[in-house]
Amino acid sequence: MPAARLEDVDTTAVIANHVGTPDATLPADADCAVRVRGLTKTYHVSRGENRVAVDGVDLDVARGEILGLLGPNGAGKSTLTEVLEGYRRRDSGQVDVLGHDPWRAPGSWRARTGIVLQETSEAPDLTVTEVVRHFTTLYPCPRPVAEVIDMVGLESKRKARVASLSGGQRRRLDVGLGILGRPELLFLDEPTTGFDPAARRQFWDLVERLRAEGTTILLTTHYLDEAERLADRLAVIARGRLVASARPDELGRELRTGAVVRWTDSGGRTRSEATDHPTALVASLAGQRPDGGEVPDLEVRRMSLEDVYLALVEAPRDEVLPGDEPMTGERAGARR
Amino acid sequence: MSATTGGTTTGGTTTSSRTVSTVSVALSRTRVETRQFFRQRESVIFSFLFPIIMMAIFGSVFTGDIGGGVTFPQYFLAGIAASGVMLTSFQTLAIEIAMERDNGTLKRLRGTPMPATAFFLGKIGQVLVTTVAQLTLLLLAAALLFDVPMPTDAASWGTFTWVVLLGSAAGTTLGIAVSSVPPNARSASAVVTPPLIVLQFISGVFFVFSDLPEWMRAVASLFPLKWMAQGMRSVFLPDSYLVAEPGGSWQTTETAVILAVWLVAGLVLARLTFRWLPKRHG
Repeated sequence: MPAARLEDVDTTAVIANHVGTPDATLPADADCAVRVRGLTKTYHVSRGENRVAVDGVDLDVARGEILGLLGPNGAGKSTLTEVLEGYRRRDSGQVDVLGHDPWRAPGSWRARTGIVLQETSEAPDLTVTEVVRHFTTLYPCPRPVAEVIDMVGLESKRKARVASLSGGQRRRLDVGLGILGRPELLFLDEPTTGFDPAARRQFWDLVERLRAEGTTILLTTHYLDEAERLADRLAVIARGRLVASARPDELGRELRTGAVVRWTDSGGRTRSEATDHPTALVASLAGQRPDGGEVPDLEVRRMSLEDVYLALVEAPRDEVLPGDEPMTGERAGARR
Repeated sequence: MSATTGGTTTGGTTTSSRTVSTVSVALSRTRVETRQFFRQRESVIFSFLFPIIMMAIFGSVFTGDIGGGVTFPQYFLAGIAASGVMLTSFQTLAIEIAMERDNGTLKRLRGTPMPATAFFLGKIGQVLVTTVAQLTLLLLAAALLFDVPMPTDAASWGTFTWVVLLGSAAGTTLGIAVSSVPPNARSASAVVTPPLIVLQFISGVFFVFSDLPEWMRAVASLFPLKWMAQGMRSVFLPDSYLVAEPGGSWQTTETAVILAVWLVAGLVLARLTFRWLPKRHG
């Protein structure tokens, strides 16, 4: 497991060297579908104990852009998207989604957004066609029922009761309900959970089609390959903060210039160090050997995209405060 | 399908100013809610057959005249019709909404342009359709299987209609309000069912109301079921039975007033307590 090897690496140094302060904002005059400034949201956990879920996030999504939102479970992704979707009220900060404050947005605003929630919840006793047809009656200018079913590849299940669908098929139905209103902005929260590889490919094609139609998409996912493939830009959320934002290839490339050098020192302890100059470090280690021999257990490894992601979401050591206990489980969750 | 479909919006460029009409969505909701209800075999059996089974049992156990030439099935029909209305509007609806809140159905609907009013109208529509079907079946069974005489005058059927409508409206709003009390779907029936069972025992559904102790009748008089049962007795029982009624009257005015008060209370409570998301969401 790569994360385990990173445990004793000072990853903060790597990140500080390459990422700096993440800037996920666009120029003030840019055509934004989503504009967030200083968003915070705190939950009351129990008497006298609060948990900061979103802690001062600035984020823009340009019109027509596909933004991949990454982060471990409990990092604040869901809270952030639910504020944008209008389900939750923020504590402070400015939020503009398609020209409205989502918390006070009218019904006509909801006709312009599409939401695919993380949890599946269709009526089990209805057929696929019945569910889709019903949802088309809620929107002012929906796609035709047959087109929606076709777009998510459920033609053969048209007359099947929802209860009889597999998890992946239900998820496809969820996606269909999210897109049938021709949304300008689509929220996809872990949309491909339970998809088989073919269904995932088909979903990727669907996203490409929506992109071609000009749909802005906010995609939350745990699949890095999916995010890399679909997103124009990746934003990484950890501990309620935006810790990185960049094009998928840049997010990877920047951090992958760093390397981790690992060896066993003279006292028999395993040591490792993240560095931009692995060659120099190895040379210096070799120079320290009195006999000029091999450095024991020497290993030099470039950081993969997954390493980069895991490094980004790992809590920097100086940030772990005594009051931070609720976060422990969430960090552990990132390593699973 | 909605009559207001159409338009040319394709992602991002044009903004549709049209909205769907609340009435068309309410009708669409009623259709889909009713269809779902009738496809859930357990709830259909519970709502439709349970009242008839109860009537069969009580009608077989208690036989003969209970005063004024009234048979027990005849007396019991009034009470079971009243509690049937409360079961469908209050109990079944409250449990159903609690489950829909817990499993994310409400959250999903909230994310669509569906007007909130249309959602509630859809629930009311489904309750009405179910109640009409349930009462029709119950009255047919009472008349054909238990020889209960049906009223023949328009005034009685008028009373029947308003008692059903007012009681069902009060039950629906109270059901929506109570649906927010249980913390999750699992505890919904435990929270919602017992009060109605207790009310059935003290409101003259399972026992003759005038046989109950004074204090029990006083408690029952605070709640809608007692008044609905009494309203139903005024429909299905002859005036010769009036001697056994409290105050020697059907108290129809009081029934209307108290059901209306509960309706208003239910509306206010539902307005204050309704949530689209489960409690676990902060």
